[in-house]
This record gives sequence, C-alpha cells and structure tokens, in this order.
Amino acid sequence: MDVAIVGIGMHPFGRTDGVSGLDQGVYAARQALSDSKLDWNDLQFAYGGSSAAGNADSMVSKLGLTGLQFINVSNGCATGGSALQSAYMAIQSGMFDLGMAVGFDKHPRGAFTVDPEASGLGKWYGDIGMALTPQFFGMKIQRYMHEYGISEDTLTRVAVKNYKNGAMNPNAWRKNAFTYDEVAQSPMVCDPLRKYMFCSPAEGGCAMILCRADQAHKYTSNPVFLKAVAVKTRTFGSFEVFSQSQALDRAGAPSEQASKAAFEMAGIGPEDIDVAQLQDTESGAEIMHMSENGFCADGDQEKWLQEGHTEIDGKLPVNTDGGCLANGEPVGASGLRQVYEIALQLRGGAGKRQVPNKPKVGYTHVYGAPGLSGVTIMTT
Amino acid sequence: MTSIANQIPIAEGLFTWPSNDPRLLGSKCNNCGVVTFPAQAGCPACCGEDTANIEMERRGTLWTWTIQGFLPNRPPYDGPETAETFKPFAVGYIELPNQVRVQSRIKCDDLDQLKIGMEMDLVVEKYVERDGKDIIAYFFEPAGQR
Repeated sequence: MDVAIVGIGMHPFGRTDGVSGLDQGVYAARQALSDSKLDWNDLQFAYGGSSAAGNADSMVSKLGLTGLQFINVSNGCATGGSALQSAYMAIQSGMFDLGMAVGFDKHPRGAFTVDPEASGLGKWYGDIGMALTPQFFGMKIQRYMHEYGISEDTLTRVAVKNYKNGAMNPNAWRKNAFTYDEVAQSPMVCDPLRKYMFCSPAEGGCAMILCRADQAHKYTSNPVFLKAVAVKTRTFGSFEVFSQSQALDRAGAPSEQASKAAFEMAGIGPEDIDVAQLQDTESGAEIMHMSENGFCADGDQEKWLQEGHTEIDGKLPVNTDGGCLANGEPVGASGLRQVYEIALQLRGGAGKRQVPNKPKVGYTHVYGAPGLSGVTIMTT
Repeated sequence: MTSIANQIPIAEGLFTWPSNDPRLLGSKCNNCGVVTFPAQAGCPACCGEDTANIEMERRGTLWTWTIQGFLPNRPPYDGPETAETFKPFAVGYIELPNQVRVQSRIKCDDLDQLKIGMEMDLVVEKYVERDGKDIIAYFFEPAGQR
C-alpha cells in the first residue's frame, strides 16, 4: 500500500514572540487541513512531536476533541522524520486510511542545553564541558577535511548557498543573503566552523496530511507519494555525537544505512533524485551528508560546490528552502520542514526558488543526536 | 601541595586514583576484544555481556580536535570560568594504540599548534575547586609540553 501526502502546512520558522510552540503546531495543522480541504474530524490518527514545547497530543484541545489516536513522538532532531515514519507505517499496515504527522518547537535562545544523563552519559561529561553538539560537528568535519582535502572555501560556499535560497523563502527565518566574506569572516565557534556556518535553535511548526495512495485524488489534484521512509540508528564504529570513546575501526554512519535502505525500498538510486534536502546543522554536515547519502564520493564535494551542482539550477539542488542554516532548528519540526519543501517542489509551487524542469523525484535526510537518521524518497 | 584526602575524582571509575601513574579505566570484551571507555558491562560491538576492566595506554595520537569558542551553558557545565574569564579550550579524540579513541579536554599552551597526528599524553590533575576540595579530572596534552 503506497502512501500519499495530500496536504502540507507550515508556521513560519524563526522567532515568533507571543505564540507558543504548540500554537505554531496548531497553525501548521490547520494549514495542512485547509490545503487538502479536510477537517480535523476527518482524521483517524496523528503522530506528533516537540522537544522543548510540550506534548504534541495536547493539540487536540485546540483542534477538537474528536477521540482520534494521537501518539507523541520523541526522537531528537529526527522527531519530525520519525512522526512521518510512524504515520507511514500506520497507513501501510492497513490499520488507518487518513491521518497527520505534525511537529513544532520553540527553543530558548543560545546553544542547546544538554542533559548528559538523559543521553546515558556520566554527569562528569557535561561538568567538564564536552556535552556540546557544536564540538562534535567541529571535530567530525575537521577529520573529514583532513582525510578528503575539503577546504574552508567549501564550508563557506555551502552557507552562502543556503542563505541565498532562504532569502527566496517567505517562511524562512533568515531572509538576508549573507555574502561570502560575511560568512568567511564571522567569529570562530568550534574550529573550523564559524558562526554563520551554524544553524541556531529556533521556532516553527510543520504538518502533513497522509492517506492511502489509492484515495489521494479524493483530496487533491497534486498528491506526492512516499516511495520510501527509513529510520536507522548508529552501528558500532560510526562517529557520533556524545561519544565518550569511539572504535578504531570505522563503520558507516546511520545516514548511510538509512539512505541505502530507502533507495532499496524505492527501487531507484541517487542518480534518479532531482532535488534533495540534506541535514545542514552546519556547513560541514551538508558536505558529509552529500556523500553519506550516496550522491557523491568523499572529497568530490569540493568540486561540486565550486561548480554549483547543488544550486537551485544545478544537477542536484540541495536545501532549496535554505535548510537549517536559513530556517533555524526547531527540533520537532525540522524533519517535516524538509518533507514540506520537497512536496512543494514536486508540486511546482516553490515560487522564486522553484527547481526548473519539473522535478519528479525528491529526497529528504535528517540526522539527530545521539546518532540516528531518517530518509524519505518522494515522487509525483 | 594539597593532600590526597582533599582531592576528589570527577567521577568514580574513570581513572585509577589515587596513583602516581594514573591511567584511564576502560573495558575489553572477552569475546571480541573490543575496548570501550569508560568501562561498561555490555559490549557495543558484539552485544556480549562478558567484559573485563583494563587500564588504558597513557600516550596516544590526536585523531581530531576542535576549540570550544564560547562558555558552555551551565548546567551541565561546571567549570571555574565566568563570562569575563572564559578562554576557548580544546577538545579532541586521542587514539590509544590498539585500544580505542578517547574524547578528552586538551591542555595546550598554544592552541595554534594542535595538529591531527601529534603525540598526546594523559594527565590527571585538578580541574576545579569546589567546597574546599580539588576536583580531579583527566586531560591530554601535547607530549613533552612540560
């Protein structure tokens, strides 16, 4: 049983003072319902999540107490992707025909605060100053640059591209396109990554209406089909955030595992993808995720960025909505934002940032602590 | 010099203490031989449950590093600095031969000299003073720095 996305909704990302995270989720849910011309009481189930803005299932008191099955999802930065995966399985199993995946968040300003013990680490790990995600991102790309000859120029180009795309996205947080020099000369945060190479914790909400593919045309004239959804956790030997130690023998990242599983499920390969959203927590992540997801060989990113292959008019546009860099990171909503953007691109509704030549196959990839990835493949 | 009685390790079981030649404490799987730090009962590689605690090598090489450029949020951070006194500090993974790569704060007089592949030595010493006691932690530093 194929699964279709028949409605998409979003509350603008960034900072919205005076509107709770939950209300941003409710806003996104109503947008998605309106997009598919459905009412809340038409839905049979929902999966939703937020990391810092409360229990998603409390949305029912605002949207209506219809008695539907609503399950909260909590899976780090992959929360939105995991909500979608759950909704996909609920329909594919045959148990339900029509439901929602929703995610929202509202984080305090500044770096994310981590509770080491909640991640199975000793209290000492935070005490001494190692429970910080930016350190991991710095260390992972530092090693990658050493092994594969990636330069700081490529880190800068990724950020410049994503801010440029964000400037064409009315729902993005950062709508000013930073120049190359502004990115390259911004303060160093965690070597080799600078301030404007990082996304920031933010706010936002995103929702999708999903249904059985054979009923999709009841709700919309332009459904998008989920051909694959895969979530994988780390295997022994992958280099992950919050690792007090790591094995001498390297193994593939969870993104590699999720990507392979998704391509196998969809029966296509990386060369068939027309547009992709790859987790860009910072510039280095987008670079490494290009190869971890099978789109290029390690080290080829240098050439790809120089030749503009990941620009909107390139051979594989990446993060056409500005990615996490321009949208910020509301943990519960980010994975669904990626799916929203691909759905919009496949429907041809992405406005100024529309990928040319009618893209037909899209790809999303989210990565989260402490080492998990979610991938979807979507088609028209 | 502070007496041993006035020194408390930052966590039990991370390193041998008190000791004139302190070592990190890890575990080795009796089934597949994989080494883990800190020590743990289950093996992350083969899923076995038969591990033995071992003392780790004290010299290794720097596998990757970064510099923490801003004062971490507290909690969980509990270092001695204030916003005014904070200076960026280095963190990295040190590859211990035939064992494992260990994440550690790095004590380095000149952060510009940090380089992948350089030799690093374990040091176990005072991290911060709390309630009149010295909290002892482990660090790595460039070999021959002192």
